[in-house]
Amino acid sequence: MSWLPLWLACGLLTFLIRYSFIALEGRYRPPGWFVRGLPFVPIAALTAIVVPELLLITGQVELGANNPRFWAGLVAIAVAAGRKNTLLTIASGFAALWLFNWLH
Amino acid sequence: MRSIINGAPAGSAPAGRHNGSFGLPVTMSSAAAFLLGIRALLPMLLGVAPFGVIYGVVALQSGIPPLAAFLMSSLVFAGSAQFLLAQLVGAGAPALLMVGAVGLINLRHALYSASVAPVLAPLPRRWKLLLSYLLTDEAYAAAIPHLLAEPRSPQAHWTLFGAGFALWFGWQLATLAGVLAGSQLPAGLGLDFALPLTFIAIVVPLIDSRARLAAALVAGTVAVVLAALPYKTGLFVAALAGLAAGALMQKSARQ
Repeated sequence: MSWLPLWLACGLLTFLIRYSFIALEGRYRPPGWFVRGLPFVPIAALTAIVVPELLLITGQVELGANNPRFWAGLVAIAVAAGRKNTLLTIASGFAALWLFNWLH
Repeated sequence: MRSIINGAPAGSAPAGRHNGSFGLPVTMSSAAAFLLGIRALLPMLLGVAPFGVIYGVVALQSGIPPLAAFLMSSLVFAGSAQFLLAQLVGAGAPALLMVGAVGLINLRHALYSASVAPVLAPLPRRWKLLLSYLLTDEAYAAAIPHLLAEPRSPQAHWTLFGAGFALWFGWQLATLAGVLAGSQLPAGLGLDFALPLTFIAIVVPLIDSRARLAAALVAGTVAVVLAALPYKTGLFVAALAGLAAGALMQKSARQ
């Protein structure tokens, strides 16, 4: 695997996303559907990554005692909903994971 | 990774030095504005530093060489995307899909770009390039109260530079520490769980309407149903389905 070209491609794309509206300011107005869709991007993209990580074990949906990540994820979701604190969410999720792993 | 996509900055504005409201004193020097940005960002490093260390550890566990893992922090410079990239490298995904996944994750930065664009419009291009590179969740959250304040200091961009620089420097140090310590830590801790946990911390506070809840539910369900597709391509379909569901529901709620 050649790391440098891959990192450069990812970095350039990330930069262009951040530069996009700053570069175009005053010269271009994005279409309405694009502006309406933008707020949903992080929710849809990140949830699509998280949910399979929590529910699936080797491709199968597992919601029982043998899936500590599912239960630890629920704890983290509850903490995130109640406290909106990034560090606390991550810490409680790890604490729950290690506790469930230890109990199992 | 605090998130401010709803417009309300998660970072607290620094106390003092206010000109009645949130604004900087209009006469503030560029150096003072730069330091103000650094001070606004420092509390966020408490959350970012452990995240950076864990990234370094996870990258090594995915088989990425230490130097490449460290260089990713300056070449890509996007925490959640770096986590995902490390995971996809570990899963043996094709390069094109990895670039696409990074783009999808970082598309939220277009929101910040649109938000700060009117403020940066009068600046020379070298400033726009520099501040675009540094435009992260945290730097935006720390600087936006000062950037959008009225009356705005003509040096307000130095505050965004200070916040962006502080985060950049902290992120480099933290990932370096993770890369150096990575081989010492046991693999059984499940540190890669930091990725879903971080995303939970970002997403859950964002879900404040039925349309946003619909976007999350549809994206999550489709992602599970399509999980068997090769190289996580189901992730794209799921994200687009969630996006469409949220936008359509919001549109129908307005009519």
